[in-house]
Amino acid sequence: MMSSNTGPTLRFLCPNGHLGFAPIKVPSFELGVATRPDFILADSGSDDIGPVPLGQDTSTSPKEWQRHDLEHMLLAARKLGVPMLIGSAGDTGTNSRVDMYVGMIREIAAQHGLAPFKLGYFYSEVPKSYLRAKMSSGERVEGLDGRGDLTTHELEATDRVVAVAGVHPYMELLRRGADVIIGGRSSDAVIFAAPAILAGYPEPLAYYLGKVLECASFNAEPYAGKESVIGEISHADVKVTAMHPGQRCTVASVAGHAMYERSNPFYEHVAGGMLDMTDCRYEQYDERTTRVTGPRFVKADKVRVKLEGSGKVGERYMGFAGVRDPYTIARIDEVIDWARQQVRERFGEPATGGYELHYQVYGRDGVMGEMEPLRNSPGHELGIMVFGVATTAEMAEEVALTGTRQMFYARLPDVKGTAGGVAFPLDEVTRVSPAYRWTLNHTVAVDDPLELFELHTTEAGVSAVGSGGR
Amino acid sequence: MAGKTLSELAKTIRSKNAGVDRITFDVIFRDRENYELVKGSGVLSRDSVARLYRIDPARITDFVNYDPAFAIKFTILRSRPSGSAGDSDIFGAQQYAPLLSVEVPVD
Repeated sequence: MMSSNTGPTLRFLCPNGHLGFAPIKVPSFELGVATRPDFILADSGSDDIGPVPLGQDTSTSPKEWQRHDLEHMLLAARKLGVPMLIGSAGDTGTNSRVDMYVGMIREIAAQHGLAPFKLGYFYSEVPKSYLRAKMSSGERVEGLDGRGDLTTHELEATDRVVAVAGVHPYMELLRRGADVIIGGRSSDAVIFAAPAILAGYPEPLAYYLGKVLECASFNAEPYAGKESVIGEISHADVKVTAMHPGQRCTVASVAGHAMYERSNPFYEHVAGGMLDMTDCRYEQYDERTTRVTGPRFVKADKVRVKLEGSGKVGERYMGFAGVRDPYTIARIDEVIDWARQQVRERFGEPATGGYELHYQVYGRDGVMGEMEPLRNSPGHELGIMVFGVATTAEMAEEVALTGTRQMFYARLPDVKGTAGGVAFPLDEVTRVSPAYRWTLNHTVAVDDPLELFELHTTEAGVSAVGSGGR
Repeated sequence: MAGKTLSELAKTIRSKNAGVDRITFDVIFRDRENYELVKGSGVLSRDSVARLYRIDPARITDFVNYDPAFAIKFTILRSRPSGSAGDSDIFGAQQYAPLLSVEVPVD
């Protein structure tokens, strides 16, 4: 175990940067557990996965993988007698995902005959009526990242909204004695910051600790996901150590991680303030440990909570076609225009007809679209994905099928091949997930940082007399 | 004066979502020397990146030289939020490729 000259410390074990997305690597987790950390924690959600899971209230991760990680973490935490904290349950942190994880914790506890423990959880979903009321009282729901204020129209187009929690619900549940916490949607860093702040450690270091640990081994090198790391906070610094014997937390890997997945490497916004990493200093402490000092935390005058919202656009079908004739490849936009025109003749313009038709031309600019510098140098063959979106499944199917099949009939003036303009690996279109879009990337001001989050505590585990924790 | 590509000089060149409306790009160097070389060369700037990606410079929301990590970092506003119908890179993970072949003058 590491020692420090900086007085008392707390040590935090993080095995996974997005619990459930891929299973943890158990050996490095066990190495971490063997050092007897004070907390075992992981974030389980992300807005990276697109708006579909939030919109339709599903997970993108398989239940078995979620359960695998929860089981390892719970058994270790109960054996050590230390708190376990999970944030953004089930990818989206919606209420149904929190309930699902709470259910899994109960099942795992019962299955292993764990002694009773206190299980805390909180919900992050925000009713649209709450936001409607805020807006009609003149309160602005402010857009982030260049978005305008939320409009009633966009709110009504939204199916589900989650608020992104700060440290507050975690600290309150810890105060109530929770041994295990399952959180709704939360900022990744706060899961780690909350216990440290509650224990009296400085806020800047606590938030920095969370920031550097939330993606687990992504802060170490060489690159390897799902390996455990340990963060140690004192009153003067944060130290972070890779648990996998082949990984090291270096100045470069730790400093580099500060900029991962954010617009700017210096600032991290959470409900209640902003972590400022401008003056962070990084030192190699030992071979596998980097020491960090100097973060600041700027408290907000008024707490603003981030909101994520997803709204359904329509049902969605997908088709696929390939092209090999160089003449056709050079005129692929004309081929697509022809197919679009056939859809237009059937349903009218997309806006008035109530549909969307999208083409992704792989081999030309399928990955980058308009940002592709080489879009004028297509490959010798193209793969074209076609997406039709409409209110009803029947119409979405017809849009996608027309948009796909009509490429076969495109009328190019000098084409030699007159028996079909594209190649079909399947002469059909297939139903895929409905199309959703991010309708809310906004913030709302709150008087009480807990007002958007509904807290619960209960018991889990098996009591001595053998009755269930319920 | 010879040239080297960014992919020869940098340790890491990557892109990833920064929230649902932006994609952020990191060019990270192993040592100060290569970092300062590229930083000083001016081949990466708001304007050059906007030209490379064929976008309005106004869509580049951040452009930062980040000394602690020997990194140059910039962020682009997406044309539509991640995962919307028609978006082909939900994670924004494959948008960095044009940076690999950017030429850097080397003495």
